[in-house]
Amino acid sequence: MNSFINDTDVSRRGFLAGSTGLVFSITVGGWLTAKSETVLAQSGRSNITAWVKIGNDGSILIYAPAAEMGQGVNTALPQILAEELDADWSKVVVEQSPHDAKTYGNPGFGGGLTTVASRSVSGYHDKIRLAGAQARRVLMDAAAVKWGVPIAELTTQPSMVVHAKSNRKMSYGEIASFAKMPDALLEITPADLKKPANYRIVGKSVTRVDMKEKSTGQYQYGMDVQVPGMLYAAVARTPVEGATVESVKDEAAKKVPGIVGVITLKDAVGVIGSSVEATKKAKALLEIKWTAGKLTGYDSGKTMADYVKRATDLNDKGLVYNQVGDAPAAMKGAAKVYKADFTSDYAYHAQMEPMNVTAKVDDDGMGADVWVGTQAPDLLAGVAAGVLGTKPPQIRIHQTGMGGGFGRRIYPDHVAYALLLSKASKKPVKVIWSREDDVAAGKLRPMTAHHLEAGVDKDGKIVAWHHRLVGEAVIGYTGPPQRLAAAKGLDDLTMEGSKFDYEIPNQFVEFVRAREGNEAALAAWRAIGSGYNKFVIEAFLDEIAADQKKDPIAFHMALLEKDARARKVIETVAKMSNWSKKREGTYIGFAFNHVWSTPAAAVLEISLNKSNGEVKLHNMWSAVNPGLVISPDGTKAQMESNLIFGLSQALKERITYTGGAIDQSNFHDYELIRMADVPEVFVEVISSPNEKPTAMGEVGLPLVGGCVANALYKATGKRMRAMPFTPDRVMAALKA
Amino acid sequence: MVAFMINGKSTNVDAPNDTPLLWVIREHLKLTGTKFGCGAGLCGACTVHLEGQAVRSCQTELSQVAGKAVNTIESLSAKGEHKLQKAWVAEQVPQCGYCQSGQIMQAATLLAANPKPTRAQIVEHMNGNICRCGTYGRIVKAIQRASKEA
Repeated sequence: MNSFINDTDVSRRGFLAGSTGLVFSITVGGWLTAKSETVLAQSGRSNITAWVKIGNDGSILIYAPAAEMGQGVNTALPQILAEELDADWSKVVVEQSPHDAKTYGNPGFGGGLTTVASRSVSGYHDKIRLAGAQARRVLMDAAAVKWGVPIAELTTQPSMVVHAKSNRKMSYGEIASFAKMPDALLEITPADLKKPANYRIVGKSVTRVDMKEKSTGQYQYGMDVQVPGMLYAAVARTPVEGATVESVKDEAAKKVPGIVGVITLKDAVGVIGSSVEATKKAKALLEIKWTAGKLTGYDSGKTMADYVKRATDLNDKGLVYNQVGDAPAAMKGAAKVYKADFTSDYAYHAQMEPMNVTAKVDDDGMGADVWVGTQAPDLLAGVAAGVLGTKPPQIRIHQTGMGGGFGRRIYPDHVAYALLLSKASKKPVKVIWSREDDVAAGKLRPMTAHHLEAGVDKDGKIVAWHHRLVGEAVIGYTGPPQRLAAAKGLDDLTMEGSKFDYEIPNQFVEFVRAREGNEAALAAWRAIGSGYNKFVIEAFLDEIAADQKKDPIAFHMALLEKDARARKVIETVAKMSNWSKKREGTYIGFAFNHVWSTPAAAVLEISLNKSNGEVKLHNMWSAVNPGLVISPDGTKAQMESNLIFGLSQALKERITYTGGAIDQSNFHDYELIRMADVPEVFVEVISSPNEKPTAMGEVGLPLVGGCVANALYKATGKRMRAMPFTPDRVMAALKA
Repeated sequence: MVAFMINGKSTNVDAPNDTPLLWVIREHLKLTGTKFGCGAGLCGACTVHLEGQAVRSCQTELSQVAGKAVNTIESLSAKGEHKLQKAWVAEQVPQCGYCQSGQIMQAATLLAANPKPTRAQIVEHMNGNICRCGTYGRIVKAIQRASKEA
């Protein structure tokens, strides 16, 4: 456990020595869980396919290709494979797949190894079913040859090939002792796949494969990596994006016992030492002068005032993000036009494990081992290769567990420091960011202002919809520039969620791109644009419904007449929450959304302390239909997480910039929701077993802003249109 | 050199007196189950037991544990058989899991002092431990489940 390299070598040797058949590339790159290490060391395994190895003892190793960061994907994807393999799930161990996009890439995300945008289960589903069926076919073929019977006479039971005619059975483990991986994979047709009605692993709440290690402290995160001879590094990074080191006084830092070196980099000074405490102490003693950077002087408060003005100025034309029918004409002909303005602030990921990375650069400087928890190993390899002036295959990534991702661990902005400091010291170096470093280098959800208009006909039906969003392009910061250029500046991340499936005949959505080329540090962030776009849409619909004296749920149903799945989740949540019940002292708000093909709805019950503006959360009910459900409890857990995370960002989380730097620094001034704050959460998961699975990792969060805003309206009679709904804002609204 | 007991064994650590216990545990003693989250006593990820009391190891200096007994998640049960750990698995609590060592160590001192806590007592005791994945509801259920075990 203490030495990654040694453990991995031991496991590798154990595997190679005991293995039969073909030698598959189980490189040092694989991240082995404690469980699979043991199994690998104990039993030989045959490669059935690139996805499956089976031991003579019947143990089944399945490669999980996506990055596990708590969403349960290293259980869900193997469940799908095990189902088609007809495996005995109790024999399954899961290991992270090698870093090989050609074999393990996600067809739902351009074939790459990137775990983002709730695309893993939906993107991999078909490919992994085939992988499971192919592995089963290899075993059946081997058994057919062994018994001299036609394969058509064979069937399988869990981990067993059966020849009913002769009443013979052979376990997968037994077959593995002589089976050979075929040169070419056999073709599998849809007819070879199981019918969903026969599923016995998919659709079951199996125990997640990482539960025990995560309940005993044994699960290995990037922070836990130990490499023999490794040094530690603290990095004093520029507080202002784009600024560089002008001069540094490091005499005092160098005198701290244990400090090996102080290295000035472009936008940071790295302190290398033999202990964490030495590097932290020395870092605090550095006196650094910074040049001006691109964000010098940036003040988000002033900019927000500008955004709000721009949002309402209809002559300040934006880029057309969505156009259905002729909204301007329909607006002119409308019997009544509603208008409202909204804002949302910058938000920080606040993943519990601060960013960290361990690197060991090769002696010739042209390659490196990198131990890191990453959502995007391909991107990281590319960036790391750029730093060293080498090719991505020379970057050997050792994927570790992740203490939260939420989009933050897509961006490998920390890896350069470890590489450069390892290169300078000629030792493995583990870079650990303090929480303060992590906030200061936060990659944020953008700050936005919105102007919405809706025109209704004489019956109150919405006939025209106009949504203007003012904000920065996320890709404007993250790149690549060609992606934004190809999209003609229409940033899908910033604008995510601004389209909807409501049956409104004329829609016009504009992106008024702000601060072009001078964006703050932005990134993908759980549900990204949907977090604020669904808030403003749902809050605005609630305003229109209230003006028309219509029940918000009935109002939504009228906008979703043709969408049976959507109607079902709304009906379900109405029932769960006992929506029409009269309440004493508590207030409810409803929201619906349809993000990435997954309809979800929620009702939140709150009360309000009018003397201090604090919102108390009582209950939250939610229903969701992500198509085929792989694990009901895993899905429920994702929804619970979404709602709590969503409440945190809707009520508390706010990043501001002054003078170009982020004002907040740790959990005292960037507060997260805590146990005493959270409501009772009730989730109902609706499965459509004959449909494909759709997104689940982020679909609940966008419900929350609308739920809170709409419940607050009931509690106060005021429309609060700035998220987060902090107590000071609630008090201001009450006094207005 | 500071001598103290770690998980029932005596140890000597050669580090400055003001070294946070967190880094002593994680990097000197290589017991990485205890996590670094904030370094400021705000999140609880680094919670360990000092003489049976839950403390934030990031706010505890090495000199403060001289001659005392420190216990980490690794000592609760190597095989994950502590009733809290079993309850954590049964309720499928962890998501990313990073805060959970701290949550479990914090919960263990509650059950040691108060084997049958009310929900309100659980929340009061656990409120200093942040879970970004939002597993709070399941943590409460797991503590309640464990409290029903003998």
